[in-house]
Amino acid sequence: MDFSPHTPEDIAGMLEVIGLGNLEDLFESIPEGVRLDRELDVPGALSEPELVDHLSGLAARSRGAGELVCFAGGGVYDHHIPSAVKALASRAEFATSYTPYQAELSQGILQSLYEFQSLVCSLYGMEVANASLYDGANAVVEAVNLSVRFTQRERVVIGATVHPHYRDVLKTYTAGLGLDIITAPFDPAAGIVDWDEVDVEGCAALVLAYPNVFGGLEDVRGAAEKAHGAGAVAIVAADPTAMGVLEAPGVMGADVAVGEGGALATSPAYGGPYVGLFATKSPFVRQVPGRISGETADADGRRAFVLTLQAREQHIRRAKATSNVCTNQTLLAVATAVHLAWLGPHGLRRLGEVCARRTAFAALRLGEIPGCALRFEGPRFKELVLETPVDGGELATRLAGRGFLAGPGLGRWWPELANCLLVAVTERRTEDHILAFAEAIEKELAEL
Amino acid sequence: MTMHATAGARAGDGPSPGGPTIFERSRPGRRAWSLPDAGLAAPGIEELIPAEHRRAEPPALPEVSELELVRHYTRLSQENWAIDVGAYPLGSCSMKYNPKVAEDVAALPGFAGLHPLADDDLVQGALEVLGVLGEALCELTGMARLTFQPAAGAQGELTGLLIMRAYHLARGDVRKRVIVPDSAHGTNPASVTLAGWKAQEVPSDTRGLVDLSALEELLDDDVAGLMLTNPNTLGLFERDIKRIAAAVHEAGGLLYYDGANFNSIVGKVRPGDMGFDVVHMNLHKTFATPHGGGGPGSGPLAVTEELERYLPAPVLAWSEPAGRWRWDNDRPHSIGRIHSWHGNFGIDVRAYVYLRSLGPEGLKRVAERAVLNANYLKTLIEGAFPTAYPGTCMHEFVSTAKGLKPHGVRAMDVAKRLIDHGFHPPTVYFPLVVEEALMVEPTETESRETLDELAAAFNAVAAEAATDPAALHRAPTSTPVRRPDEAKAARHLKLRWTPDDSSNT
Repeated sequence: MDFSPHTPEDIAGMLEVIGLGNLEDLFESIPEGVRLDRELDVPGALSEPELVDHLSGLAARSRGAGELVCFAGGGVYDHHIPSAVKALASRAEFATSYTPYQAELSQGILQSLYEFQSLVCSLYGMEVANASLYDGANAVVEAVNLSVRFTQRERVVIGATVHPHYRDVLKTYTAGLGLDIITAPFDPAAGIVDWDEVDVEGCAALVLAYPNVFGGLEDVRGAAEKAHGAGAVAIVAADPTAMGVLEAPGVMGADVAVGEGGALATSPAYGGPYVGLFATKSPFVRQVPGRISGETADADGRRAFVLTLQAREQHIRRAKATSNVCTNQTLLAVATAVHLAWLGPHGLRRLGEVCARRTAFAALRLGEIPGCALRFEGPRFKELVLETPVDGGELATRLAGRGFLAGPGLGRWWPELANCLLVAVTERRTEDHILAFAEAIEKELAEL
Repeated sequence: MTMHATAGARAGDGPSPGGPTIFERSRPGRRAWSLPDAGLAAPGIEELIPAEHRRAEPPALPEVSELELVRHYTRLSQENWAIDVGAYPLGSCSMKYNPKVAEDVAALPGFAGLHPLADDDLVQGALEVLGVLGEALCELTGMARLTFQPAAGAQGELTGLLIMRAYHLARGDVRKRVIVPDSAHGTNPASVTLAGWKAQEVPSDTRGLVDLSALEELLDDDVAGLMLTNPNTLGLFERDIKRIAAAVHEAGGLLYYDGANFNSIVGKVRPGDMGFDVVHMNLHKTFATPHGGGGPGSGPLAVTEELERYLPAPVLAWSEPAGRWRWDNDRPHSIGRIHSWHGNFGIDVRAYVYLRSLGPEGLKRVAERAVLNANYLKTLIEGAFPTAYPGTCMHEFVSTAKGLKPHGVRAMDVAKRLIDHGFHPPTVYFPLVVEEALMVEPTETESRETLDELAAAFNAVAAEAATDPAALHRAPTSTPVRRPDEAKAARHLKLRWTPDDSSNT
């Protein structure tokens, strides 16, 4: 099955208009020596029913949040996506449209992005947001690149409690730029960085996560103050689902707030597509990466929206652009906007409260398991670290056999935390889930 | 919360045809949300979150009912052009039909519900999709192995450039420049800068192709490589590609293939056979995944066997004895991770569905019919809009509207008037090497009748330019807004709604 409408008569008639004898003549500019002169070795075509059967079979060979009760975290969480969000974001008028270069035919996307930017600014206590980046890691990288351009410095301090994958991506992305990236260690008892101990002299930026990868709450105010004292940019990667109960990074002194918006936009989808959130304060507006939708007036004085400040972008500035990003994650940005509008201020607060309180309940119950203990003290949001008598990753694997998706074990990132299991509790986890999860861990430990 | 700064006064004083923003629809006390109470014996939030961390003022989110929410975004969606609405002939964007079945498949819980940190044994079906799709994409590009991590073409470009950098460094070779044609997409030079290199332009010659002698003059042992789109953004196949490849390799450089225009050659000729070392594909173009108003895309990056060791980790591998897929993290030469997880997996699933719908024969028809459609449309309009370079084009062509200049009509006026004739305009003013450029890519999924109508619209607009240029300057008159003032938008920045705006509604 292909999706082109051409009948043999169409093809013959069109070739005649063009003045060519056959379809091969269309490719005369491709030199003989490089053409592929054999059949493609790719799987054969399937009809739609066969295709659906085949793919359903493959889907059935995987087990995810639908089938297992999900306590897995580490940057991806099992949140509820409202039906209204799915219905609106999957509308073909949004999904099958292109980047809104022709404003008259794209007011829907442009206004949605303008609303998205406004919502992200509100969430983070910021003044400018862009129309999305690829994912949380990419947003951290772009924030660091902004700080490097702004300060003309090349040293960056990043907390060890920022997601290890984000730190990896930062290192990969900036390999050619010669940045000196320093990782600030975390306090082994508190599980947060002691920013007093960190040397930020001559730094372009200080980067921290809020909550951090263990679910702990970093001292954002102290870190921002420290950054500003050294003339550095304070960058905070904040979980948008926490912003109904946790203070906005912008209010606490952050200059750039970024985040992974996937939790609000879509189901886990094996890690993507998600959406990178990026917001900052006015002095940095001309250094912002990616697209921005702005309000203006049309030729008749009516309110209209356009892509603006395009002189920052690659299609205009080319080698001197603030970023190379072109295609972003617009559809996920629309979904995020719809979800935030669905929640409103009270829903967002409820979401945060339920996550925090159920996590606290899980902490009490899991901490009682013989041989287990909570690894870090201090307040936490949505995630906790459980120290167990066994390897955390191995325990997670075994829990799948008992119907739970758990982990990750922290040994994958910190050998010294090999016995630790990261546990995430969202609004979808009930008291019964938590009690059953604790019981499963108890049984598993008893058998080991 | 008080937030001012970038805001000026409300830009448009007239009524808003798009209707109010979601914020202006807000009334305190309305709600769409439905969430449980914590419902268990846990301390309250005041006890759990210390005051210094607790949010003092709630974010200024709107309060609306679910119906209001649904109507608001439904109405916005209706103010948007889309492939499902009509033809979308944007050059270099491959705006083809996005099969519906792919959406259903991607939503299956066995794909949509998977956690990216789950053990490999729990996600074998998903890994099979990536594995088989990856092998097929390598077959189509003539490459050895790939990564799905890049979320879009530009991220693929950076990944490829970082791999080229690692390759040169491993040979103790510090190079400083990457050459890009003057007709290249803006992402190419931007990615070069991000990779820590200097982008250097090579001019196009009178054929619209890379000027071979100019290229040979630029090549030396400081050049890390050449980035090339083939066919190029003028819709022309770089017929000297073998000589270009030889010259770049001779100088010790590598050849990067920008897959933005891959739709025109898929199944006909492979980048690997042309001499390319690194290839990115835009699955949201060639493989028909929806573009989502500007994303998400997926930009897998494939390389030759020689460069395979540098791919981002982890790399997907098939273990023969165990008969299973697994992520291989033991990659000492890897450039590292480029994405938080495994790339835009949900998009890759859709691309797999497309691949399996078409099969080998269907894939070849894609290129044939895309090129047929482009040449047909070109023939129908070239009297009014001559192409910048003569001869057969590939999947797209670049016409010029400079002939209309005596009437005071510009390419943008043509674009805006085409809207009144019921079509989305082509890409305008790109590539930069063509004066008053109209870059047209109809794709293979448009019918002859649609192309006839599109051509009639182009020709009618050209005729109108001579008889009634004011109609073009006024255009579009069929849309809710007309010629939004971009200069004003950039001068008086209004980039977000603030509570102060409500007094203006």
